[in-house]
Amino acid sequence: MTRRTARPRVGLLCAAGTALLVASVAVAITIGPADIRVADVWSVVASHLGWGSAELSPIRDGIVWQLRLPRTLLAAVCGAGLAVCGAVMQSLLRNPLADPFVLGVSSGASTGAVVVVVLGAGGGLVSVSAGAFLGALLSFGLVLLLSHTLGGTTDRVVLSGVAAMQLFSALTSFVVMTAADAETTRGVLFWLLGSLGGVGWTDVWVCLAVLVVALAVCLAYARTLDAFAFGQDAAATLGVSVARTRLVLLCVTALLTAALVSSAGAIGFVGLVLPHAARALVGSGHARLLPVAALAGAVFLVWVDTLARTVLDPQEVPVGVVTSLIGVPVFVLVLYRTRRTR
Amino acid sequence: MTAEHIGTTEHIGTGEQVGAAEGAAGTAGAGKGEAVPDVGLRAGRVSRTADGRVILDGVSISPAPGSTVGLLGPNGSGKSTLLRLLSGVLTPASGVVTLDGSPLGELGRRDIARRIAVVEQQADTQVELSVLDVVRLGRTPHRRAWTPPSQADEEAVRDALTRTGLTDRAQQSWHTLSGGERQRVQIARALAQEPRELLLDEPTNHLDIQHQLDLLNLVTSLPVTSVVALHDLNLAAMYCDRLVVLREGRVVATGTPADVLTEELIAEVYGVRTAVTRDSEGPDGRPHVRFLGTVSRSEPRESAHTCPE
Repeated sequence: MTRRTARPRVGLLCAAGTALLVASVAVAITIGPADIRVADVWSVVASHLGWGSAELSPIRDGIVWQLRLPRTLLAAVCGAGLAVCGAVMQSLLRNPLADPFVLGVSSGASTGAVVVVVLGAGGGLVSVSAGAFLGALLSFGLVLLLSHTLGGTTDRVVLSGVAAMQLFSALTSFVVMTAADAETTRGVLFWLLGSLGGVGWTDVWVCLAVLVVALAVCLAYARTLDAFAFGQDAAATLGVSVARTRLVLLCVTALLTAALVSSAGAIGFVGLVLPHAARALVGSGHARLLPVAALAGAVFLVWVDTLARTVLDPQEVPVGVVTSLIGVPVFVLVLYRTRRTR
Repeated sequence: MTAEHIGTTEHIGTGEQVGAAEGAAGTAGAGKGEAVPDVGLRAGRVSRTADGRVILDGVSISPAPGSTVGLLGPNGSGKSTLLRLLSGVLTPASGVVTLDGSPLGELGRRDIARRIAVVEQQADTQVELSVLDVVRLGRTPHRRAWTPPSQADEEAVRDALTRTGLTDRAQQSWHTLSGGERQRVQIARALAQEPRELLLDEPTNHLDIQHQLDLLNLVTSLPVTSVVALHDLNLAAMYCDRLVVLREGRVVATGTPADVLTEELIAEVYGVRTAVTRDSEGPDGRPHVRFLGTVSRSEPRESAHTCPE
C-alpha cells in the first residue's frame, strides 16, 4: 500500500536531518566574535579525537573545544529532548498544547534545582539534577492530579499546568529572595530564563546520556502511544496497560526535563512547537514521529541559540526568551485550531 | 450449551435478581471441574458501585458463541458499565468475568485484547489519522515493540477493510468521515484485532436510519459473539438472538426478542405504553413495538395529554 512508499521517505528524512544537524552544529560554531572557519572546527574536533594535530592557536582551540562546541551540542541535545518530551506528553494526555514548559514540569524542575543550589545541599551537577527530577515529578504529578479532579479536558490540563507553573515559579522566587546572596541571585535568574551560556562537557554528556535512554524507552512505547489516539479506555481495550505506560513515560519525560533544566534552565515552547512541525512532515505514527521531532528540535535550538548569542552582540539574550517569542504565537495558533475542531 | 440462558422468560414483578437464576454462569469462575464447558465470555453475578451508588447488582450473562446478544434498559440501567466490566476496563466489586473459564483479572491486557474488541458509542481523536491508520491500531495487541508488521498483520487489516467495504477509502482522513463511516471504521479496527467477542456500546447512536441498519447487518453477519447495548427496541428485535434487559443494575428479563419484548415488560422497565405485534407466529416471530405514550405514574395529568386515551 502507499505506506510502503512512505517508509523509506522517513529513513531519508532522518538521514537528511542528521546531515543537516551536523552541518548546523559545524556552521553555528563558526558564528561569533572570534573568527573561526568550518575547516578550523573540523581540525579542532579531529585533533581532540586523536585523528591529527592541532594547527590552531591554543586560544582558538579553547574557544571551539571549551566554549562553542559544548554549548552548541547541548543546544542540540536540549532541542531534541524537549521535542521528544512534548511529543510524548501531547499523545499521552491527548492534548495538543502539552509540553514540559506549559505543564509546569520545567518550573518544578527549576524549583528543585534552585533549592539544591541555593540551600547548598551540594552543588554538583548530579545532585542538582536529582533535585530537578524530584521537582519535575512533583509538579507533573500535581498537574495530573489537578486536571483529573477538574475533569481532564484539554483546557483543564492546560489550566492546571498554568497553576503549577505559577506555584513553582513563586516557590523558586521565594527561595532565591530569602536565601541567596546577590551574585547567586543574578546567576540563578539568568539561568531560570533558559540559557546555554557557560555550559561544559559534563552537561553535554549527562544530558546526552539521559536523552539516549529516554528516546529508546519512548521508541519502545511508540506503538503504545499510537493506541492512545482514541483515549485511554480505547488504549486499554487494545491491550495497553494504561497505568504502567503512564507511569513509565511520566517518569522518563520528567527525568529528561530535569536533566535539561539542570543544565540549561527552563527553555519554553520547543516541546510545543516542534512535535507539531514533525507531525506535519511524517504524520502521527510515533515510530516515525519521535526521531524526526528529535532531529527537528535539535536543529531548531542550535540556530535559535546562535541567534540568541549574536543578535545583541556582545550582550547575550537568554535562549528561553527567543523560544518564547517564537512559541507564544504558535501556542495561540494551536489553541485556536483546537477550539475550531471542537 | 447447557450453561446458556436458562429458562425462556424470566419476567420481573418481584424486582429480585433474576439474573442469578442462571446458576451455572453465576459460579462459572469456580473452575474446570465443572461439567459445563466454560467457553467464551461470561459475567457471573457481577456488581459494581460508584460513589456509594449501586450501578450493577449481581448481573450474570453468558452469550452463546457466535450469537448476538442485545443489552436493553433505560439510561443509567448499567448497560455501559456491564460492557466495561466485560471488556476488563473496569473490575467488578464482586462477582467475576471469565473468558473460557479464566477470570479476566488473571489475564494480561494484551491477551484480553486479542480475544475481545470494543466499539464505543462515539470515538473521536484530534490526531491526524487515515482510515488505514485507525484499522492498523487493531493490530496493537498482536505486535511487539521494534518489529515491523508481519504478513498476518497486513492480512488481518486487509480482511477487515474488505469485510467493512472500506478498502477504497483506506487513505481517507478520519476527520473527513461521517458518523456512520467512523463507526464502520471502528468496527474494521475491532475486526483487525481478530476477536472472538465483540462488545458494542450503543453503536447506532448518532447515525441515520440507513447507517443503523447497515451497521447492525454488518455486526450480525460477523463470525463473532457480539454483545451490543441498544436503545432502539425494534432494532434489538430485528437483529439480536437474545436480549438481556437491565433496570437499575439488575437483570429483569432474558430470552429471545419474542419472549422478552412484551407490552408488560416494556411498561415496567421503560414506563411507556406500547402495542407489540409479531411478524409471524411461533418462536421466530420477531416482535414489533409501536409506542403509544408514557405510562401514567405519579402525574396523571401529565400523561393525560401525552396519551390519546
